[in-house]
Amino acid sequence: MELIVLIDIGSTFTKVSAVDLAEARLIGRFQAPTTPFNVTEGLENALSGLAEEMSRQGVSPSDLRQARKLACSSAAGGLQMIAIGLVKDLTAEAARQAALGAGARVLKTYAYELTEADRDEIAALQPDIILLAGGTDGGNHTTIIHNAKVLAELDLDIPVIVAGNRSVASEVAGYLSRSFSTYITANVMPEIGRLQVEPAREVIRQVFMETIVQAKGLSKASELIEGIFMPTPAAVLRAGTLLSRGAGKTPGWGDLLIVDVGGATTDVHSLGSGHPTRPGTVVRGLPEPFAKRTVEGDLGVRVSALPLVEAVGAEVIGDHLGWEPSQVIERAQRITSEPDYLPQSPEDVKFDQALGFFATKTASSRHAGRINQVFTPTGAVWIQEGKDLSQIKPVIATGGVFVNSPNAREVLMGVVHDPVEPFELKPTAPEFYLDSNYILAAGGLLAEQDSLTAFALLENSLRSV
Amino acid sequence: MNGKTLVLGVIGSDVHAVGNKILEIALKEAGFNVVNLGVLVSQKEFVEAAIETSADAVLVSSLYGHAEIDCRGLREAFVEAGLGDIILYIGGYLVVGNQPWEETKAKFEALGFDRVYPPNTLPEDFIPQLRADLGLEG
Repeated sequence: MELIVLIDIGSTFTKVSAVDLAEARLIGRFQAPTTPFNVTEGLENALSGLAEEMSRQGVSPSDLRQARKLACSSAAGGLQMIAIGLVKDLTAEAARQAALGAGARVLKTYAYELTEADRDEIAALQPDIILLAGGTDGGNHTTIIHNAKVLAELDLDIPVIVAGNRSVASEVAGYLSRSFSTYITANVMPEIGRLQVEPAREVIRQVFMETIVQAKGLSKASELIEGIFMPTPAAVLRAGTLLSRGAGKTPGWGDLLIVDVGGATTDVHSLGSGHPTRPGTVVRGLPEPFAKRTVEGDLGVRVSALPLVEAVGAEVIGDHLGWEPSQVIERAQRITSEPDYLPQSPEDVKFDQALGFFATKTASSRHAGRINQVFTPTGAVWIQEGKDLSQIKPVIATGGVFVNSPNAREVLMGVVHDPVEPFELKPTAPEFYLDSNYILAAGGLLAEQDSLTAFALLENSLRSV
Repeated sequence: MNGKTLVLGVIGSDVHAVGNKILEIALKEAGFNVVNLGVLVSQKEFVEAAIETSADAVLVSSLYGHAEIDCRGLREAFVEAGLGDIILYIGGYLVVGNQPWEETKAKFEALGFDRVYPPNTLPEDFIPQLRADLGLEG
């Protein structure tokens, strides 16, 4: 049996999955707590746990030891980036999109000329990578040059990826190369109205693999494995892209949505053009990437439970549960202060369901586009901003709040278009799938090696709910 | 290519797309780098596109009679963005009904437009003037 072991070194758990390549099936998985200062220990624990489980199935430890091992990681704070552009809604937003799609946590996005205060703030934020954009090709060049000079004053060895106006890219890199490792890639926005984030995403991934993994002390783990290939969110997005587009001659699922509710953040990934589905609609604003990821740092079901309650409103959650607002706040406080909290009583479970529902609801509302009617002298016109997700069918849920839920469907209902918010372009009649074995990141990793098997693995593992 | 960048668009809640497309084609043929924002363009979008592309001139169209309201404050927005000297043109059906052209022209010049063109202006009617304003030969 040819095996491959796919590893996700998360901030709390190191998850290992063994996949039978011929059958494209998950045959065993195990998780052990991530050991923050030396991830190797947690990884070894997870691998020996897996070996034990597999030996019960008749797989010898040596088969497992010889199997290829690929990993993704969100440990040590994940990949933390700063995005810099010129206009907030144009190149700065394009840079932010590129970083998010590469699986980064965007610490801050800067627009226009960096000030000395910005420079000091960047130094204090200690990003892993800085993405420097600004100007369309042949367009504005003064700002990106100014910003490169300001950054150059920081005597830091942070990789800087230059993805701005092509005409001055090498000049910009020249200012930076004295202290930074610099990389030049294609402009994230070569012309107004055209987003080109893939080349930047690829360079971010390369830099992550080659330098960040080492800087974060994750490289020790790579004696056990072939390498840490990407940040975990990038692997999830990769899996979504594969599922959507298909592999080889196998057709994909088409447009789809992934909702990943975690303890600290909620990620939403959409795969699809998001073009208008209502006839006669005009699209405004920056074009959307086919594979789009948004991260909500204030929406989560453990560490971010209180911010979630603040964002949604204790009254709203209370109404949903039939509880007093004070009860909601009190429970959220308790969860936040006990990171290893596990729901016990029926009330605990009910509260978890509600948190998951509202994290899903709010995050998907922020991710989805909006439509507005504008009355012109020649009649009414619909204007769409962002992606139209209304016709999307498959919605895939991943994360403990879904997997451990007695009724994942109920939590997932948060993604559905709400008539109370008629202008949000959320799915109207979705079909739900559950990533019950945490296979998405593993599938994305495997896709790098063997997209056909990865596609079959994903199809075999996702469960309709 | 003549090295000059133009930002083009139909301002406000105006959806007249045909003339905008014709203008884009004619200006590209005349050698300009054209950034066409299309229809339903807000003041903010004109300004932001001009910043990112380092535009040399902005050509605003309006064909539904509400140009005055839509264009109020546009020049000031460019001033705020540090592009106070940018060349601003406007053309189309700028007002409702049969108002004397000289009055309309004066109104839009007062709003900060460098050139104001009446309905039925053809590309070849204003391109020589545009070239001259941009300091291009001939």
